[in-house]
Amino acid sequence: MARDKEYNRREFINRGARFTLGLSLAGVGVAAAVNAGSEKYLWQIDPFKCTQCGRCATDCVLSPSAVKCVHAYDICGYCDLCGGYFKPGVTDLDTGAEKQLCPAAAIERKFIEEPYFEYIIDEELCIGCAKCVKGCSAFGNGSLHLQIRHDICVNCNECSIARVCPSDAISRVPASEPYMIKGDFTANESGEAGA
Amino acid sequence: MIRKNYRLGFLVLMVFAFLALNAQQRFPKPEFESGYEQPNTTTPEPRTAGMEVFDVIVLFGVMALATWLILKKRSRRGVLWLSVFTLLYFGFYRNGCICPIGSIQNVTLALFDPGYKISITVLLFFLLPLVFALFYGRTFCAAACPLGAIQDLVVIRPISVSSWVRKTLSFIPHIYIGLAILFAATGTDFIICRYDPFVGIFRTDGPYLMIGLGIAFLVLGMFFARPYCRVFCPYSVLLGFMSHFSKKHITITPSECINCKLCANSCPFDAIEAPIDEKVRTESTVRKNLRNYVIFGLLVPVWIFAGGFAVSKAHVFLSKAHPDVYLSELLIAQPELREDTENLDIQAFLESGKSMDQLVEEASVIRSKFRTGGWYLGGYLGLVLGIMLMNQFVLRKRKDYIPHKRDCFSCGRCMDYCPVGEQSGDRKSGIVKAKQ
Repeated sequence: MARDKEYNRREFINRGARFTLGLSLAGVGVAAAVNAGSEKYLWQIDPFKCTQCGRCATDCVLSPSAVKCVHAYDICGYCDLCGGYFKPGVTDLDTGAEKQLCPAAAIERKFIEEPYFEYIIDEELCIGCAKCVKGCSAFGNGSLHLQIRHDICVNCNECSIARVCPSDAISRVPASEPYMIKGDFTANESGEAGA
Repeated sequence: MIRKNYRLGFLVLMVFAFLALNAQQRFPKPEFESGYEQPNTTTPEPRTAGMEVFDVIVLFGVMALATWLILKKRSRRGVLWLSVFTLLYFGFYRNGCICPIGSIQNVTLALFDPGYKISITVLLFFLLPLVFALFYGRTFCAAACPLGAIQDLVVIRPISVSSWVRKTLSFIPHIYIGLAILFAATGTDFIICRYDPFVGIFRTDGPYLMIGLGIAFLVLGMFFARPYCRVFCPYSVLLGFMSHFSKKHITITPSECINCKLCANSCPFDAIEAPIDEKVRTESTVRKNLRNYVIFGLLVPVWIFAGGFAVSKAHVFLSKAHPDVYLSELLIAQPELREDTENLDIQAFLESGKSMDQLVEEASVIRSKFRTGGWYLGGYLGLVLGIMLMNQFVLRKRKDYIPHKRDCFSCGRCMDYCPVGEQSGDRKSGIVKAKQ
């Protein structure tokens, strides 16, 4: 009899605790659900905040990095002397490897018509170091810029590059608009620069 | 002064914005005569577009199946194959992200940062295993967690660890989840994901430290079974709470325990509690225990206060994990670093046009959050410690070998070892040959 009583008491406590835990779980769920959406989020670089520090190449969990240089052809000047392709101070404009800025030789230079050249990024080779981006932004139109390639990115819960990005250029973006390609995406859309 | 600086900052910002807009027109786009066709900038689709909903369904399915295998079918083999599937699917195919363990931080951030929109699938990943644990014990750990699965498969020669070591180590997950919530709530870092030891193995890529940590855990796990689950896993704290009061839980024997001790030897996690000898449980011990229980119970508020005080004192140190706080401290302590062109963080800050006052103000807001959070974290840890000390004096009546509901992963090994067969009707007919 005494044993039954003890078991009854224990069962009663258990049931009460279970109810309380269930209730608090529901509470947390509802409170979080207020801030929930069905949209999925991906990481992306705001090209107007990016300062081309070079950490995208070194701090991604993948090697080589899921960050690649992309070319927004719409705003490219097709320059012969491309600040993103040539090292500063180069005078003979040919495709000699020692004259190229890109350490991975990932930029292809193609003659279109006098005096215009097209520059194509080979994403297989690109390591996302942003050296060309820096050159292009300093001397050209800034048509070369970094983007996270979602076919490579494993979409970590917290992007390890975002954590070390000095200019907070990497943020979560809705999966319906996963890229910020310059041209389509302007500084006005970019939170701070357009403020 | 602040206002003036703010204005100046704004002006600089405007100039930068102007330059950024104008930079595009430095060289106008040429008009080609040779019929050149401009290629389009590609925007490849995400690797796993639209798989999240499917993942939630798989998670639910795996847990439902695991629960059925454990509670109804009583099949260790079934659980084993299910965990192999989990390892392959959630681990190697889906790369271990997102997992319920890491989702603690997403939920925390959603609760504290109104600007953060949590995806409903992530929320379900967080809630589903806990709901299952509340009803059926930790069946998530048994078969639906890729981190558990990879460790469970390498258990070769598990050694038994004495209970005081286990109890002391079981305090670590509380610290871990506390810190994880504090860091997530202040928007500092997601430490659970950062120090996830197996995600590098799942991706077969990652920093050396991450891969090395994973291999170390696996080697350790051959002898000390499931080290991450037992000593670190922050989600285990929540699962443990739920499972402790679960409605149904795995039972070792299908009918009646014959106290053969085979199950206790089979459990690699020392999660099976032996019966308590009635001789030990004399009236005087019970009375002594009760007295100690009450004394330690009265001490709990002291622990809570001491913990809160200690951790809130450490808020200066803890808050340095936040990049803004770190940067502002660095700039105050060593203003000469402003000239250091090698320091990317400082250069980026100077370029951003944000004023020092702004940075310091932001940093102090974050720091005060850490102070408040420190009180909660320390108080919680004090409470846990107090209850752990109280529980030392609990000596419940126990006649059979039963799994410890909080620590048991419901892996089902003990069921396999139990020699008592499924028995309906006559109990006395005794031992039925173990199914093998």
